[in-house]
Amino acid sequence: MRVIAEGIVTEDLPPRLIGGRERATGRVVFPCPDASTYEPVALSRTGTLWSYTIQRYRPKSPPYAGPEAFRPWPVGYVELAGEVIVEARLADVAFEDIRIGMPLELTMIPLDPEAAEPVMIPAFRPAGAAA
Amino acid sequence: MSGDVCIVGVGIHPFGRTDGLSGLDQGVFAVRQALADAGIDWPQVQFAYGSSDAAGNPDTMVERLGLTGVQFINVRNGCAAGGSALFSAQMAIKSGEFEIGLAVGFDKHPRGAFNAMPAEYNLPDWYGEAGYMITTQFFAAKIMRYMHEHGISQTSLARVANKAFRNAVHAPHAWRREPVDMETILEAPLVSDPYTKYMFCSPAEGGVALILASEKKARELGKPLVRLKAATMRTRPPKSFEVFAPSIDIGGGTATATRIASADAFRMAGIGPEDIALAQLQDTECGAEIMHMAENGFCKDGEQEAWLEQGRTEIGGALPVNTDGGCLACGEPIGASGLRQVYENVVQLRGDGGGRQVPGNPKTAYSHVYGAPGVSAVTILER
Repeated sequence: MRVIAEGIVTEDLPPRLIGGRERATGRVVFPCPDASTYEPVALSRTGTLWSYTIQRYRPKSPPYAGPEAFRPWPVGYVELAGEVIVEARLADVAFEDIRIGMPLELTMIPLDPEAAEPVMIPAFRPAGAAA
Repeated sequence: MSGDVCIVGVGIHPFGRTDGLSGLDQGVFAVRQALADAGIDWPQVQFAYGSSDAAGNPDTMVERLGLTGVQFINVRNGCAAGGSALFSAQMAIKSGEFEIGLAVGFDKHPRGAFNAMPAEYNLPDWYGEAGYMITTQFFAAKIMRYMHEHGISQTSLARVANKAFRNAVHAPHAWRREPVDMETILEAPLVSDPYTKYMFCSPAEGGVALILASEKKARELGKPLVRLKAATMRTRPPKSFEVFAPSIDIGGGTATATRIASADAFRMAGIGPEDIALAQLQDTECGAEIMHMAENGFCKDGEQEAWLEQGRTEIGGALPVNTDGGCLACGEPIGASGLRQVYENVVQLRGDGGGRQVPGNPKTAYSHVYGAPGVSAVTILER
């Protein structure tokens, strides 16, 4: 699997997001900053939806590296209890079924669903959805 | 320095799109108008702070205005750039070093949303590659959470846009000056849910100039004394939820740079939100105006729903907000936007607002800008 960047998910199956715990304060952030004051920490695979929107127009390139052909996609902030709220795509859910508070779990989805060897990005889908 | 810093001259180049005129040209236009308004000539200007995000170095305008050797400092500070230029200018006078100077801001942005690059915000490249480096996306997610927590409806969002375009009809410097009815606003295509296309402002062009003077100098010029009672600029505290945030602290979204800047401004001015007669609040999208009503202390979270329904932020209401249509109707030339708010406040305090004049002879006016990655600037003017 080709992940969009190194160091953002673990190599476990299924993978987990890698956050950073600030050594001095214990505050957790995502992604893990490239600084000695933070230690990498594998984050919870499950959480609840904190907020979201639908991206309805193609973002400008650069920096966007997604496909030219654009279909709207949902993006959310997911609260990982006791850790941090992370931003990620939402997957396997119809726009009208998205609800703040819904339980979610981490998955990986292709940035370009049509690509032969797609770059994969972290996303959250409804917990318990079929793999 | 004794007394207050006063605003003695204002100038503006209309916002919107002006083909054939550079951002700098529009800044120079505004400066000339402000000089005439103050009744002074360029050589009398002792210092200048200039803000532009995308239209070149402001100090190069000395070529047009005159090579007087004036001290001219350029300011870049995201959407708070204009506010930061004004803040710096008033500090120069407060220090006692100068008696009269200029804060000028202008910009000229390409059409469409801003395309910010991750490295400019100390973020990894993948964050932009994945499609998250988008201001509209953040603002939509932010208001979605706020609506959920505080019971704000999409109708309230539309009321803000509807008011902006109605107010702008009477503001010659505004860009979008045609009223748009509620139904059109609500049924327009969604940009990022829950926002339709009328609920976001657009990057634009424009220029604004303000001449600031010590109270002593202002009296010499014989100008009505519009006093700058407070000018603050603050950056974000812990637990904020700001533009371009890959993660947020648990419980985040409540603390903001705005809350700090606002509280400090009221403390400096020695008055409270209840003493303000009108306010210009950053409204790059409808929800921003709504959230900023609370963040600046004018109401509690959730009360905006009733406030808007009752028309309390209309020109004739208890607290008129964005009397010239704000960013929604004027567009957002980043370097000029914060100064436009102060321009509008000076116009209102002088009683020169014409069809958009706040009734009752207002004595106090408030301005607030907010920008990436969590900066806020506030001013309080008093006549």
